[in-house]
Amino acid sequence: MEKEVLQHHLNMNRRRFLSKLSLGVGSVALGSLLIPDLFSGRVKEEEIIQHLPHFAPRAKRIIYLFQNGAPSQLELFDYKPLLREQFGKELPASIRMGQRLTGMTADQTKFPLAGSLFDFSQYGQARAWISELLPHTAGVVDDLCIIKSMFTEAINHDPALTFFQTGAQVGNRPSMGAWLSYGLGSENMNLPAYCVLLSKGKGNGQGVYSKLWTNGFLDSVHQGVQFSSGENPVLYLNDHEAINKTDRRKMLDQLSALNEENFRQFGDPEINAKVQQYEMAYRMQTAVPEVTDLSREPESIVKLYGPDCMVPGTYAANCLLARKLSENGVRFVQLYHQGWDGHGNLPGEIRGQCLDTDQASAALITDLKQRGLLDETLVIWGGEFGRTNYCQGPLKKDNYGRDHHPRCFTIWMAGGGVKPGVYGETDEYGYNITSNPVHVNDFHATVLHLMGLNHEQLTFKHLGRRYRLTDVAGQVVKDIIS
Amino acid sequence: MLSLLMKKKQLLVLTTLLGMALIHHACMNRDEKGQNKLPPTVSYNFHIRPVLSDKCFKCHGPDLNKMEAGLRLDLPEFAYAPLKETRGAFALVPGKPDESELFRRIISVDPDYQMPTPDSHLGTLNEYEIALFRKWIEQGAKYEPHWAFLAPKKTSLPEIDRPGEARNEIDYFILAKLEEKGLEPSPEADRERLLKRVAFDLTGLPPSEQLMDQFLADKSSNAYEKAVETLMASPQYGEKMAVHWLDVARYSDSYGYQDDNIRTQWPWRDWVIKAFNENMSYDQFLTWQMAGDLLPGATKEQVLATAFFRNHKYTEEGGVIPEEYRIEYVLDKTKTYTKSILGLTAECAQCHDHKYDPISQKDYFSLFAFFNNTYELGYEGDVSVSKPAKAPVLKLSDVELRNTLSFINRKDTGELTISVMGERDTIRPTFVLNRGVYDQPAEQVRPLALTAVMQYDTVKLPRNRLGLAKWTVDKNNPLTARVFVNQVWQEFFGKGLVKTSGDFGMQGELPSHPELLDWLAVDFMENGWDIKRLVKQLVSSATYRQSARVIKKALEKDPENIYYSRAPRNRLKAEFIRDMVLSTSGLLVPVIGGPSVKPYQPDGLWESATSGRGVLATYEQDKGADLYRRGMYTFIKLTVPPPSMILFDASNRDQCEVKRLQTNTPLQALAMMNDPTVLEASRVFAQKLLEADKDAYANMENAFRRILCRKPTSKELNMLKEYFSQQLELFEKKQLNAEATLKVGEYPLNTSLDRSLLAAMMKTINLLYNLEEAIVKS
Repeated sequence: MEKEVLQHHLNMNRRRFLSKLSLGVGSVALGSLLIPDLFSGRVKEEEIIQHLPHFAPRAKRIIYLFQNGAPSQLELFDYKPLLREQFGKELPASIRMGQRLTGMTADQTKFPLAGSLFDFSQYGQARAWISELLPHTAGVVDDLCIIKSMFTEAINHDPALTFFQTGAQVGNRPSMGAWLSYGLGSENMNLPAYCVLLSKGKGNGQGVYSKLWTNGFLDSVHQGVQFSSGENPVLYLNDHEAINKTDRRKMLDQLSALNEENFRQFGDPEINAKVQQYEMAYRMQTAVPEVTDLSREPESIVKLYGPDCMVPGTYAANCLLARKLSENGVRFVQLYHQGWDGHGNLPGEIRGQCLDTDQASAALITDLKQRGLLDETLVIWGGEFGRTNYCQGPLKKDNYGRDHHPRCFTIWMAGGGVKPGVYGETDEYGYNITSNPVHVNDFHATVLHLMGLNHEQLTFKHLGRRYRLTDVAGQVVKDIIS
Repeated sequence: MLSLLMKKKQLLVLTTLLGMALIHHACMNRDEKGQNKLPPTVSYNFHIRPVLSDKCFKCHGPDLNKMEAGLRLDLPEFAYAPLKETRGAFALVPGKPDESELFRRIISVDPDYQMPTPDSHLGTLNEYEIALFRKWIEQGAKYEPHWAFLAPKKTSLPEIDRPGEARNEIDYFILAKLEEKGLEPSPEADRERLLKRVAFDLTGLPPSEQLMDQFLADKSSNAYEKAVETLMASPQYGEKMAVHWLDVARYSDSYGYQDDNIRTQWPWRDWVIKAFNENMSYDQFLTWQMAGDLLPGATKEQVLATAFFRNHKYTEEGGVIPEEYRIEYVLDKTKTYTKSILGLTAECAQCHDHKYDPISQKDYFSLFAFFNNTYELGYEGDVSVSKPAKAPVLKLSDVELRNTLSFINRKDTGELTISVMGERDTIRPTFVLNRGVYDQPAEQVRPLALTAVMQYDTVKLPRNRLGLAKWTVDKNNPLTARVFVNQVWQEFFGKGLVKTSGDFGMQGELPSHPELLDWLAVDFMENGWDIKRLVKQLVSSATYRQSARVIKKALEKDPENIYYSRAPRNRLKAEFIRDMVLSTSGLLVPVIGGPSVKPYQPDGLWESATSGRGVLATYEQDKGADLYRRGMYTFIKLTVPPPSMILFDASNRDQCEVKRLQTNTPLQALAMMNDPTVLEASRVFAQKLLEADKDAYANMENAFRRILCRKPTSKELNMLKEYFSQQLELFEKKQLNAEATLKVGEYPLNTSLDRSLLAAMMKTINLLYNLEEAIVKS
């Protein structure tokens, strides 16, 4: 290995060398330790240090099932019988405590409490309350760490989503996946370290945007690569229909010979670097379709994830694809599923959203487990904030809406060193946290910790400042680590 | 007991020092090439301050709220004063490193004593840095003001051994540094490569065949200057120069945030192109954009220029709190101004006193106050009531568009509305916002520019944007000219003389050639902020005209080519890659300006990310001529910027950017191989060649020359021919399908041509587009 590293080095300038390896082999730190001279004085200390896990990781990979639009914790995990009892009564000011409201309910003169239309039961060793809307999730409850005490600072979708994904509400900061790719490199030679999958439910939707998977100021090898389960899974991946594999190989050979000719004249190591990127592209052309081909999955898998998993672009198909990508060494698979923004008609919409997602989310846990991968894969489920306990718009017995609520909401994690159980509590109104609050910065610190990274040390110096995913805050939530 | 402990610590220090001395010795021996040799005089600005700023100012710098132990190291009067928490000790004792607490702590390995502390995660100083501090203290520990806050001075040209190698003043500074570093400049680049380089740098396009022929045939001594004149006189010069400014101004065609509806800011973009083409002076260019609306008798064109400050994102998300967003917009304006025009990262002071630069939170909000007085709203309603512009709005009538503002290339007749700046009649009070949060006002402030940079004369200057503009382009302002000259240098040399072109503050990198930067800045101002003159100076220098061939010895000594012993080999910007492909194939429609266009884009990108609301929920690809416009006119929807641009490191226009990254990824390879734009161009190019001349081999040479801007070597030509013949055979034997191969893009196929021949030629041309050299200036 060292010899190879050295050989590479001779043909590359050092900066290029680093960013290439971060996509390719992921042994930069090793190389630099063995051959300290390699980087003498040229490379910023961050660039070297970061490529080592800071301590033994609990998880190697992450699959993040982002529920975009903010699912209601009160319909799914945070069981509040008091809200049913006080149906239609005003939210006491002593509970609201001046919480700022979004423009949608700021003009409302009344804040009538709305109990969930759905029934809850207790499941598993932790006797966790789970809604009737999530029967499959209830089935894997013993693998879940349900955090009922998440809170955030933003009250609108865009800033809240950006906060969860990049650690800041505004600005062009690197996303979580980019930080991990930068910190840990890639586990494989044929696929990007960071993949993004999009799907949409029928509920009221909020768009996603590529800024959420941006590399920010990091090298663009760390940016999320959007995958789809359709016919062209990665942008520009597919060759033109009239070009076959042999033909592409011939073209690349000729290309490399011509580039070589230029290298002989010009001696710029960038020329060889380019050739190697074409080779990586060629390998992706084989590897990606293999991974994204869901047609050869056995009947048992289709049954597990549900029939939707054979329909490209659905949440179920994306969950299955996420498992395959992760299994093939993709460090961070980020899913987004739209449709949870239930300002009105919440009961009807959330029922549909759950039908689309519940089975596949649970199937992913089961599937990873049966493959022995759950221990090293961290699965995260959750949205960007919660929803209010009072009704937005007209309150009816069988219909209501809920506005955005930043003060408490529920997410869950599974696998990858997380301790199953229920963490944190909210008050009987489901409005404020009463124990173990977890801030978005804490969440990031904890996720990085599980991946073997110290959130205070994973830094990048940009325009005069060292940036972190957790900015200047964040505490690892030790209680949820097994 | 305490003294015992101290002794133990000192012993520890001593043993460590001994150990370090050994290591140090070894290091110094290894660095005989001079890299790490201590300078004869250690400079505060160039050697000490960067380390202090990086490792110490976080707790001992200008941010008073974070100050530890009552110690500040950024100002000498504090650093020399008796320490508050260690009696009888001083952080710095000039002349005496061993008595200086600072020095004793940076060499310590005792975690309770050493600096920086282990829990700061800043890392300790290396041996070289420690040696610098020792020498600096020995030499008197002298402080200097921050270089960028002192007005630039035009020094006399340095003495050089071979003045004959200099073409203009720039070269004196570059050659002097090369001599100092023991490096040699490279000879002039060959004519073909030089012309390609300068054509892309001045127009973003390859040289035309005519210009190539002319230049190669021109044996006069000023042939190059003539070519430069031709290129700078073409309207494409303005387009090329505008691209950087569009990044600065975070220009886009949509409002951003999640519903991301369409808006009309492109008339401002057309104005920028015109301003560069007419060579508007930089001081005027800035004044109009900052305060065109406040100029006496402001024309509509001057007001249009202020759209610069309205290009940022606007939310149309239902339920936002208007004031939260209004403040966000003012913050964006402030940030864009400080980063791109002053080269400072002042936004740190939004939440707290700046940790590294002398900008307090109060200073920051005083600057913010200049931008806080327009009558714009935080929220005009959700996407269902979205308009092409938001108040204040400039209305341009049909008549105006036909006459005085004819540079705006509109598609339809009728009125245009653009978001611009417009001042309220009454002053909106501005407050320092605690932690930068909109609903946490504290002390009230009045508009005032950053006095650490230069005093703001409130007698002469009004406290509004026009006053700020005047302050900005005052010849005594130490930053404005330096920052812009540096950005232009970056455009032509790939990196700035100050590498951190957005940060001239204390944490920014120091200039590689400080005297040159200052000389250029002063010269620029002395000559009326004349941008074309500056550009011409750069491209006329011997430094620019050097060969880019990498010489192994120089690569080892100066791998990043900081000292310019060769010309840089930079990749084309994303937009210009597209332009190169379209222009060489003859597809380019060279219309300037107008509404942005929607060329080929992979299916489903907008659709999969949209909320479903607004007119940009689905991508309606354009037809005909609009498929073949320059890259800078591709529609930028902020939430899903055009992929072929983003893949090649274009700015996502989310916020002000002064510098693009240059990366090399497999996704770029895939785009060059499979983007229908490139495939179609290959087909059309092949078709046009064969229509003009049936001789495939002659065509191949021609295609090579158009794409790479030079004649192929015979070896290269043979390799191409070999590939072409193989391909032709495969098509003729029907092992490859010519019909299917040619089916790409909407440009009509010439069915009278032999399909196999055409397909083989198309594949060969596609190969050429994929060569590394095709998208690189060498």
